[in-house]
Amino acid sequence: MRLANVFHLGVKELRGLGRNTMLLVLVVYAFSVAIYVGSQAMPETLNRAPIAIVDEDQSAVSSRITSAFYLPYFMPPRLIAQSEMDLRMDAGLDTFALDIPPNFQRDLLAGRSPTIQLNIDATRMSQAFTGGGYVQSIVTGEVEEFLSRHRTERRLPVEIDLRARFNPELNKGWFGAINEMIEAITMLSVILTGAALIREREHGTIEHLLGMPVTAFEIMVGKIWSMGAVVLVATAFCLFVVVENLLAVPIEGSRLLFMAGAGLDIVAMTCLGLFLATVAGSMPQFALLVMMVLMPLQLLSGGVTPRENMPEIIQIIMYAAPNTHFVILAQAVLFRGAGLAVVWPQLLALAAIGTTLFAFSLHRFRQFLR
Amino acid sequence: MNHGAATADIVARLQGVGLSYGKTRALDAVTLDLPSGCMVGLIGPDGVGKSSLLALIAGARTIQTGHVEVLGGDMANAAHRRSAYPRIAYMPQGLGRNLYPTLSVFDNVDFFGRLFGHEKGEREHRIRDLLESTGLALFASRPVANLSGGMKQKLGLCCALIHDPDLLILDEPTTGIDPLSRRQFWQLIERIRSSREGMSVIVATAYMEEAARFDWLIAMDGGRVLASGTPDEFLERTGTSELDAAFIALLPAAKREGYREVVIPPRPADTDDEAAIEADHLTKRFGDFIAVDDASFRIHRGEIFGFIGSNGCGKTTTMKMLTGLLDASDGRAMLLGREVDPRNVEVRRRVGYMSQGFSLYSELTVRQNLELHARLFGLPAGGIDGRVNEVARQFELTGILDAWPEALPLGNRQRLSLAVAMIHAPDVLILDEPTSGVDPVARDGFWTILVDLSRCLNVTVFVSTHFMNEAERCDRIALMHAGKVLVCDTPAAIVGSRGTPTLEAAFVDYLEDAANGEQVADMAEPLPKVARPSAGDARRLFDFRRMYAYTRRETLELLRDPIRATLATVGSLILMFVIGYGINMDVENLTFAILDHDDTAISRDYALQLSGSRFFTEKPPFAGYADMDRRMESGEIALALEIPPGFARDLSRGRQISVGAWIDGAMPARAETVRGYVEGMHANWLMQKAREPYGDVAAQGAFQLEVRYRYNPDVRSLDAMAPAVIPMLLLMIPSMLAVLSVVREKELGSIVNFYVTPVTRMEFLLGKQIPYVGIAMLNFLLLTAFAVFVFRVPLTGSLATLTAAAFLYVVVATAMGLFLSTFMRSQIAAIFGTVLITMIPAAQYSGMIDPVSSLQGVGAFIGQVYPATYFMTISRGVFSKGLGFGDLSGALVPLLIAIPVFIGLSAAFLRKQER
Repeated sequence: MRLANVFHLGVKELRGLGRNTMLLVLVVYAFSVAIYVGSQAMPETLNRAPIAIVDEDQSAVSSRITSAFYLPYFMPPRLIAQSEMDLRMDAGLDTFALDIPPNFQRDLLAGRSPTIQLNIDATRMSQAFTGGGYVQSIVTGEVEEFLSRHRTERRLPVEIDLRARFNPELNKGWFGAINEMIEAITMLSVILTGAALIREREHGTIEHLLGMPVTAFEIMVGKIWSMGAVVLVATAFCLFVVVENLLAVPIEGSRLLFMAGAGLDIVAMTCLGLFLATVAGSMPQFALLVMMVLMPLQLLSGGVTPRENMPEIIQIIMYAAPNTHFVILAQAVLFRGAGLAVVWPQLLALAAIGTTLFAFSLHRFRQFLR
Repeated sequence: MNHGAATADIVARLQGVGLSYGKTRALDAVTLDLPSGCMVGLIGPDGVGKSSLLALIAGARTIQTGHVEVLGGDMANAAHRRSAYPRIAYMPQGLGRNLYPTLSVFDNVDFFGRLFGHEKGEREHRIRDLLESTGLALFASRPVANLSGGMKQKLGLCCALIHDPDLLILDEPTTGIDPLSRRQFWQLIERIRSSREGMSVIVATAYMEEAARFDWLIAMDGGRVLASGTPDEFLERTGTSELDAAFIALLPAAKREGYREVVIPPRPADTDDEAAIEADHLTKRFGDFIAVDDASFRIHRGEIFGFIGSNGCGKTTTMKMLTGLLDASDGRAMLLGREVDPRNVEVRRRVGYMSQGFSLYSELTVRQNLELHARLFGLPAGGIDGRVNEVARQFELTGILDAWPEALPLGNRQRLSLAVAMIHAPDVLILDEPTSGVDPVARDGFWTILVDLSRCLNVTVFVSTHFMNEAERCDRIALMHAGKVLVCDTPAAIVGSRGTPTLEAAFVDYLEDAANGEQVADMAEPLPKVARPSAGDARRLFDFRRMYAYTRRETLELLRDPIRATLATVGSLILMFVIGYGINMDVENLTFAILDHDDTAISRDYALQLSGSRFFTEKPPFAGYADMDRRMESGEIALALEIPPGFARDLSRGRQISVGAWIDGAMPARAETVRGYVEGMHANWLMQKAREPYGDVAAQGAFQLEVRYRYNPDVRSLDAMAPAVIPMLLLMIPSMLAVLSVVREKELGSIVNFYVTPVTRMEFLLGKQIPYVGIAMLNFLLLTAFAVFVFRVPLTGSLATLTAAAFLYVVVATAMGLFLSTFMRSQIAAIFGTVLITMIPAAQYSGMIDPVSSLQGVGAFIGQVYPATYFMTISRGVFSKGLGFGDLSGALVPLLIAIPVFIGLSAAFLRKQER
C-alpha cells in the first residue's frame, strides 16, 4: 500500500463531494436541523398526555381528582359525558379516560370501596405503558389525602428517595439528540461511501483506476478515510455546536473518547456501505438495500428502545452490528461520564467488527472489480 | 442522393439564436435557414454548438435568446411544440442514450409507438416492418444492453421512425460504429427517404465522407455558422478537392494555423523485433458466450498497431486482457516480455491505458484530473506541476486547465483522456477507440502526437479505431470479427489481398464474408408507409395511451430487474418482522442491585419485592459505593437501591427512614418506567407491612381503581406496533422507488424522450406512478397478511376501509416521491433526501411512538401535516379499535387532499424542456 495513493484517492473523493451541492446541503441538514428539531420535538415520556374525565359524581373528591392533572404531564382534562368517551377514544383524541361513578364520595366515606374506571388507549405505546402508572398514583394520592382528613391510619415512616442519575430530570430531548446524531452517523457513513462506489461504476471511472498502479486496497481505504473524515467532522460539529451549545445537553464524559468511538464506528459503517455497494448492481438496488439494512440497525441497536426488551436472539444478532456497541458507548460516555476503564470492551468490539467488515468488503470489492 | 436541394421550402429557421451554459457560450447569434425535404448536414469540430442547435430545433431545450421556427411555428410556443412533437423525431448523441437498456428491442420500439398513440394493430405492423427492414427482427427479444453499437443506432432509428416524422434530427448517429454498420445505416436512411418524399433530415456528423453525400451542409465553429451551401459549393468556394480540406480552409486563420497534415515517417529499418505486447491464443468466455476466441498477434516495440472491427466483436475485451483488467480464460497475454499479472503494479507504471468513452472524473477539473493521475503513477512531487504543464501544452489543454470536463466538447475530453494516459510517459499505450466522436482537425492533431511518440520516443501504440484513414496510418492492423482475428498485416497488404480499391472496401468485404447469413433485408424494398395518427391526438392534454406507455415500460423494467422487484416486496416483510420483534415497549428484565447496609430479615424482605417481580432481575449486591458507580456508569445496572443501616430497628421504632434509589437516566423512557415500578412496589410493601397487624380484612383498599387497557387488553407490544409499522414501510419504499424512477432517467439521459415527444407532464407523472402504486398495494396486502397470520395481531375493523385508505396513502407516498424527484439531479442525493423526508418523520412525528397531540414545536407541525399521521390513525383504528369507514372518514379527508396537492406540485415543478 502506498499512503500517497490512498491520500490522493481520498482527496479526489472530497473534491467530488464538494461539487455535489445538494448532497452537502443534506449532510449539513442531517447534522444540524434534523437533530435540533428531533430533540426539541421529543416529548418527555409523559408530556401533554391527553386525558378526559367523566365526572358522574360532581363531589369534592371528584373535583379534587380533576384538578390534579395539569401541564406539562397532562393536557388540561376535558370533562366529557359518558356517551362521548368511546367515540373520543376511537378517534384517538384521548389516551386516558377516567370514569368516576355516581355517589363515589358517599360510598368512599361509607367504606363501600367504590370503583373508578381508568381506560387507557393501549395502542398509544409509550404513554399508555408509563402513563397508566402515573394516573393511578395521582388518583390514589388524591383519594388518600381526602380520606386522611376523615379517618386516621397508621402510616409507616419509610420513604423512598428516588433519583435519576445522569439525567436527573429525565429530559428526553438529551437522549433524542444523541440518538439522532448516531442515526445520522450511521446513515451518512453507509450512503456516502456506497453511493460513491456505485457512481464510479456507473460512470466507468473505476475501470480507469484499475489501469493504474493502484490496488483495490488503496482505492477502498481512500474512500473510507475521506468519507469517514467528512462524517467525523460533521459529528464533531454536531456534538460541540448543536448538542452542547444549541441544545445545552450536558456532556459528562470525555469528548475525545466519544470521538474515538465514533471514528471506529464510522470505519465499520463505511466498510458496510462499500460492501452493500458491491452487492447492489445499480443505484436503485443500492437504495433498497440501504433501507433494508439501515432500519433494523437503527431500531434494534438499543438507541430507540432498550435492548433488554428485545428477544434474546435479536440481542445476540445485534452484537454483530457496530452501532449496537456505539450506542452503548455513547450513552455511557456522554451521559454517565464513563471512562476508558468502562467502555474498553465496546471500543474493542467496534475495532473487531470494523476489521472484519473491512476484510470482508475488501474481498467482495476485489471480486466486484473483476 | 440528390433529392432536390433547391426546394424553396424552409423546415427550420433560426434568428439570432444564442445559448449559454453558465459562462460557456454554446451558440452565438446563429441565424440560419434549413431547407426542407433534403438531407442537411451539420459539420464542425466538437463543442461548436451542433448538439445544442439540434436540441433547440427538436424542442428538447428551452430557447434562451432568439427565435426558432420549426415546421412553420414558433418553438417557444408550447401549443406549437405540442402539435410539432408528433412530426419531429430526435435521436440524441451517444449510443442508445435514449433507449432503455434492460428492455428488449421490441419493447423499446413498442414504447415509442405507444408514446405517439398508435393503435395496437398499426403499432405491431409498423414495428414488425421496421425491425425486419433493419435486420433487427432476429433480435427482437434481446435486451438492448446486449446489442452492439451499430445495432443500438439502428434501433434508435426504428424508435425515431415509428411515428413517421416529417423532420428527422440525428445527432452524430454513426459515431463509434464500424464501416459495415455505418453503410447499412445510411442505406436505411436512404430507403426511408425514398418511401417518404418530402421528409427533412438534419444530421450532425464527424465523418466528412458522409457529409459529402448530403444535399446541404452547414459548417460551424465557435458557436457560429462559418458557411452553408451544397458540398459542391463548399469545394468550389475553397478551391479544394475534398471536404476535409474544405472545412479546414473555412476555419478562421488562427485555428488553421495549428493544423498540419499527418506525416508518418517510416519505421527505422534497424528496429528490434522485440514484442512489446503479445497475445498468445487468448480466449475469454463469459458463461456460454465466447467474447474472444483464440486471438494471437505480436506487437513490436515502437510500432503503431491498429485494431479494427465492428462493435462488440471483442476488441475491448482483448485490450482489457492485455492490460490485466480481465483475466484470460485461456491462452497467454504478454506485456513487455512478462506475463500479464493484475497484481504487478510495476508493469502498469509502464503502460498507459485509455478506456472506451470518457471515463475520467467529471467532478474534478482538467488540472485536477491530470494531477491526480500524475500522483497515482508516482511521479515525484516536485515534477508534477512541470509535467502537467508540459502535457497540457502537448495536448493543447492549456486554455482549459481549470474547466470542468462535463462542460467540454468531446474532442477536448478525448485529448484529456490521452493526456492522462500519457502523463507518466509510458512505454506502451493501449488506446480503446480514442478518436470516436472527435472532429477531423482534432483527430489529425491527435495522430500527429501518436506518430511522434512512436517514432521519436519508441513508444508502442496499440489503438483501436473505426476510421479507415486512421487504420491506414498504422504500421500494421488486425481485423477482428465475432471474437476472432480475421487478418493481421500491413494496410497495403490487406487491400492487396482482397483486390479492393480502399481499405474500407476490403474491410467490408472481410466482414461480409465472415457474416454470411446475417445479411440485412433486401435493401431495394421501400419501407412500408402507414398513416400517421391524427394530430388531434397529440394535442390532447391527457391521453391514456401515452400514460400507459410509461406505465408499461416502468413495469417491464421492474420485471427485468428481479433484485429490485424482490427487495421492494419481500424486503418490507423482512423489515416488518425485524421491527415488530425488535421494538418492544414492555420493559422487562431490568437489572438492579442492592447496597444493603442493614442486612436483616426485614431489609431482605424489602428487596424481595423487586427481585420477585418479573420486571426486575437481581444482580450481585454492590461491594460499596465505588462498585456502584462503576457498574452504573457501564450501564450494567439500571436501578441501584441503598438500604440504610439500622433499617429494621428504625422501622420497628417508628423512626423516619429513607431508602435510596438511583435510576439510570441515560434512557429517559426506560427510567420513567423503572420509577413507576419502584414507587408502586414501595407503596405496596408499605401497605402490606401496615396491614399485617390487622389481617386480610384490611387488605382491601378504600376504593378500587379498575384499569382497562383498551384495544389491546393483553398490552402486547406487537399488537400496538404492527399497525404502526405498516404506514412507515408503505411510505418509505414506494416513495424511494418513485423518486429513483425519474431521477435515474435524468442521470442516464433517457429523460430526453419526455422532452421531445407529445407526452404531457401529467401523463409522464401518472404513468410512472401507477406501477409503484401497484407494488405498494401488493406490499400492503403482504404486510397485512403477515401481521394477521404471523404476528397474530387481531384485525378487528373493516378491511375494506383499511384497503381503501391504504390505496389513497400509497398514491400520496408515490406522489411525494415524484415531487421530490423534480428537485433532484443525482441518484445519490435522491436516495439520501428520500430517507430524510420519509424515515425520520414517519418514525418520529407521525404518532408511531409518541402521539402527535403530545409533540411540540416544528415536530408537532410536521406531525399534523404529514400524511403518515393520518394513515397511522386509520391503521390503528381498523386493526385495534374495530372501526369502519364512518368512524375514520375524518382521517381519510387529509389523504384525499394530499393527492392532488402533491401531484399538482410535481407537475408544476417538472420541466418539459431541458434548461
